[in-house]
Amino acid sequence: MKVDNSLPLEYSTEENNLKILGFWIFIGAEIMLFATLFTAYFTLENRIGNGPSGAEIFEITPVLIETILLLTSSFTIGLGIHAMRLNKKKATMGFFIITLILGAAFLGVEIYEFTHYVHVGAGLQTSAFTAALLTTLGTHGLHVTLGLFWGLFILIQIKKRGLTPETANKSFIFSLYWHFLDIIWIFIFSFIYLKGMM
Amino acid sequence: MDFFDRFAVPHPSFLIYASMVGIGLTMLAIVVGITYFKKWGYLWREWITTVDHKRIGIMYLLTALLMLFRGGVDGIMMRYQLSMPENTFLDSQHYNEVFTTHGIVMILFMAMPFIIFFFNFLVPLQIGARDVAFPRLNALSFWLFFMGMGLFNLSFIIGGSPDAGWTSYFPLAGNEFSTSVGTNYYMIAIQIAGIGTLMTGINFITTILKMRAPGMTLMKMPMFTWSAFIANVIIVFAFPVLTVLLAMGTMDRLFGTNFFTTDNGGMDMLWANLFWVWGHPEVYILILPAFGLYSEIIPTFARRNLYGYKSMVASMVVISVLSFVVWAHHFFTMGQGPFANSIFSITTMAIAIPTGVKIFNWLFTLWKGKIEFTTPMLYSVLFIPLFTLGGVTGVMLAMSAADYQYHNTMFLVAHFHNVIIPGVVYAMLAGMTFYWPKIFGFMLNERLGKWTAWLLTIGFVLAFIPMYITGLDGQARRMYTYSESTGFSLLNMVSFGGAAIMAIAFVLLVYNIYYSIRYSPRDIGNDPWDARSLEWSTHTPIPEYNFAITPQVASTQAFWDSKKNGHELFKGEIEKIHMPNNSGLPFIMSCMFFVFGFAMVFSIWPVVIVSLIGILACLVYRSFEQDHGRYISVEEIKETETRLRGAKK
Ligand code: HEM
Ligand SMILES: [Cu+2]
Repeated sequence: MKVDNSLPLEYSTEENNLKILGFWIFIGAEIMLFATLFTAYFTLENRIGNGPSGAEIFEITPVLIETILLLTSSFTIGLGIHAMRLNKKKATMGFFIITLILGAAFLGVEIYEFTHYVHVGAGLQTSAFTAALLTTLGTHGLHVTLGLFWGLFILIQIKKRGLTPETANKSFIFSLYWHFLDIIWIFIFSFIYLKGMM
Repeated sequence: MDFFDRFAVPHPSFLIYASMVGIGLTMLAIVVGITYFKKWGYLWREWITTVDHKRIGIMYLLTALLMLFRGGVDGIMMRYQLSMPENTFLDSQHYNEVFTTHGIVMILFMAMPFIIFFFNFLVPLQIGARDVAFPRLNALSFWLFFMGMGLFNLSFIIGGSPDAGWTSYFPLAGNEFSTSVGTNYYMIAIQIAGIGTLMTGINFITTILKMRAPGMTLMKMPMFTWSAFIANVIIVFAFPVLTVLLAMGTMDRLFGTNFFTTDNGGMDMLWANLFWVWGHPEVYILILPAFGLYSEIIPTFARRNLYGYKSMVASMVVISVLSFVVWAHHFFTMGQGPFANSIFSITTMAIAIPTGVKIFNWLFTLWKGKIEFTTPMLYSVLFIPLFTLGGVTGVMLAMSAADYQYHNTMFLVAHFHNVIIPGVVYAMLAGMTFYWPKIFGFMLNERLGKWTAWLLTIGFVLAFIPMYITGLDGQARRMYTYSESTGFSLLNMVSFGGAAIMAIAFVLLVYNIYYSIRYSPRDIGNDPWDARSLEWSTHTPIPEYNFAITPQVASTQAFWDSKKNGHELFKGEIEKIHMPNNSGLPFIMSCMFFVFGFAMVFSIWPVVIVSLIGILACLVYRSFEQDHGRYISVEEIKETETRLRGAKK
């Protein structure tokens, strides 16, 4: 493995470069995936059948908490990558841990939100609107869940193996993924919740 | 009892039972055969765990040929059913299943793996690389695709095949009207195969962007690589739509959601729209690599440079963009109003322009060339007029007002077969014949090959041109029979005759393979066709590292220049080469996907959960695994090189 020391660790080998580019392309595919979900959502938004509408079920408080948690976690993962570039293993790990905790908290609130929806009669089977809503939110939530496990594994690897070209590469890619989920959330927040509550 | 009832084919017939026995016996024979010849270890080491793009490519090829056979049998059954009015060979339910599986098998499990075979085999060789960017992901792509294919074909003997058309429009495909598990198979098997294809897309874009030989700028790439690049970009943008679509369809069928239902706000047209947002780009994913292959074959046998390289590239880019904005032309009659229809009419017709540019470029390449009619060239030359005909009828269909007459008639069936057979299938067969010597070290017999091409063409014309006429006369598509008084019988009988001739052509193709394995000379050298691009510059058989020294490129026809114009391809010394290790993980993980898929189809939740955990465990294992590949030493390379050079002169 040729290591080029003039580059940041995560870019330092041929393989790392390939992986980062490949991941960007994967994010391209993910954008299409969420775009399709949003399209379905906007198409079905007002087709509520006998069920409730968005305005009737959305609650601002949990959504705001979720937003703050996820945005903060995006900031902390950024700090984590910054620490990684400065080759500070402890700090990197610390920021990773904070990120994951914030992510888990986000997920907790989201689960609460889902039970609330089911409670007020907006279950998966209620109407086309609820199906599209819960699927879109659920897909994002599933991404966050998988991200939590993935992040945890990377954390363990950093602890065991230190900051190597390999772990740095993984961390960097993870951070891309995490930021991406954040951006999707901003869309969800603006175009599903805010628009729905107006 | 109830539990086991679901696994029975809901609508059995003698034919299905006979094929169950047939499939069972074949499987048994294969297992016994492998055990008898003690080949399990070989199979595992050399094929199942392989990450070599050439071998993965060959596995795609074998799957594609197998599926060509299966889809072909479906096709001939349909043509036989329609050859006479009021025929009772297939009843309506069987006819529905047969046209549904025919469509899916041919597009997703025959044409797709065939083009992915070419991506795999050719792209790394054409750009002078040692493998693809992510060899393991590539193996995973193949095995997921393979398991999806297997699961889909299982529907035929366990639980019943899907029967709502390859488009699976709702509400027909919903629980109310499609009561068997057939459509579950559709949703889940295609999902699994589709995820594999999506990863292929990511892999090849990265490969082409990052791993080209020194000197090969984007505008010096061989035309097939260009077409592969664009097709993979389309894959990455189109397949996620399919992923979401199938997930929503699955939820409607298994979890009682209301995306596409007719009550509680569901919207059936959402399915039709999203299906074609994926579906139309999908047909371009198939045709662009076919264009790429013709662009390799025609210059080789016209002995001239490809005419209009830049316009070839530009036209493909334009096609790829347009392919995403034409989807509504598939349902002009389904109520979106004249304004939307007009827009989609115009965008659709616009596709004919860049396509026409390509046709003229090929013609200009042939112009004044010293044409040599080998089998691949014969296919290419037959392709040009036949495909043009298909394109022209496409433009006819694109006129939304007129489409009210053609839509869902045999005219449409004639159109898309007219573009897909001379376009995609001919390209696949031409490409296969062209690259066969590079892959297997001997040529296919030319005489038999030309017979195949001609028979296929005669069969094609007889089978499909009559459908234009019956279609205009009103013969509906997807109808299992018609009455004597319609007057369709004669032309349908001709069609059946054509289909039978095409079947003979395929038998001849298989015979050709057998014949050539036995009798073809083996000392054909590295470049039997006197061809132009890098894949011909390495040895036959190709060493696992492809090129001992990375080639240097200065033009679009690097190898040709090295032969005729004194360009030096291989400069420098042999160095040790880094190669990836084999891995069983892609196969094991895909097996779990298979179990997962099967359990989903039948809603056996405990198995779903267990297999999901299995899949996740594979991912965890992969995350922690450390594998830095291995090196092939300089001595080893030198030894291989001398051996290969000695094998032929
Ligand atoms: C000039 C180029 C083309 C034009 C203008 C065109 C136009 C059309 C239109 C308008 C339809 C829908 C007709 C209807 O449902 O009434 C159609 C169907 C179809 N086309 Fe094309 N097409 C072109 C090229 C191609 C190519 C290159 C392929 C494949 C390689 C292709 C494959 C198909 C298929 C599979 C369908 C039928 C789908 C179904 O309903 O099952 N077309 N085409
Ligand atoms: Cu189309």
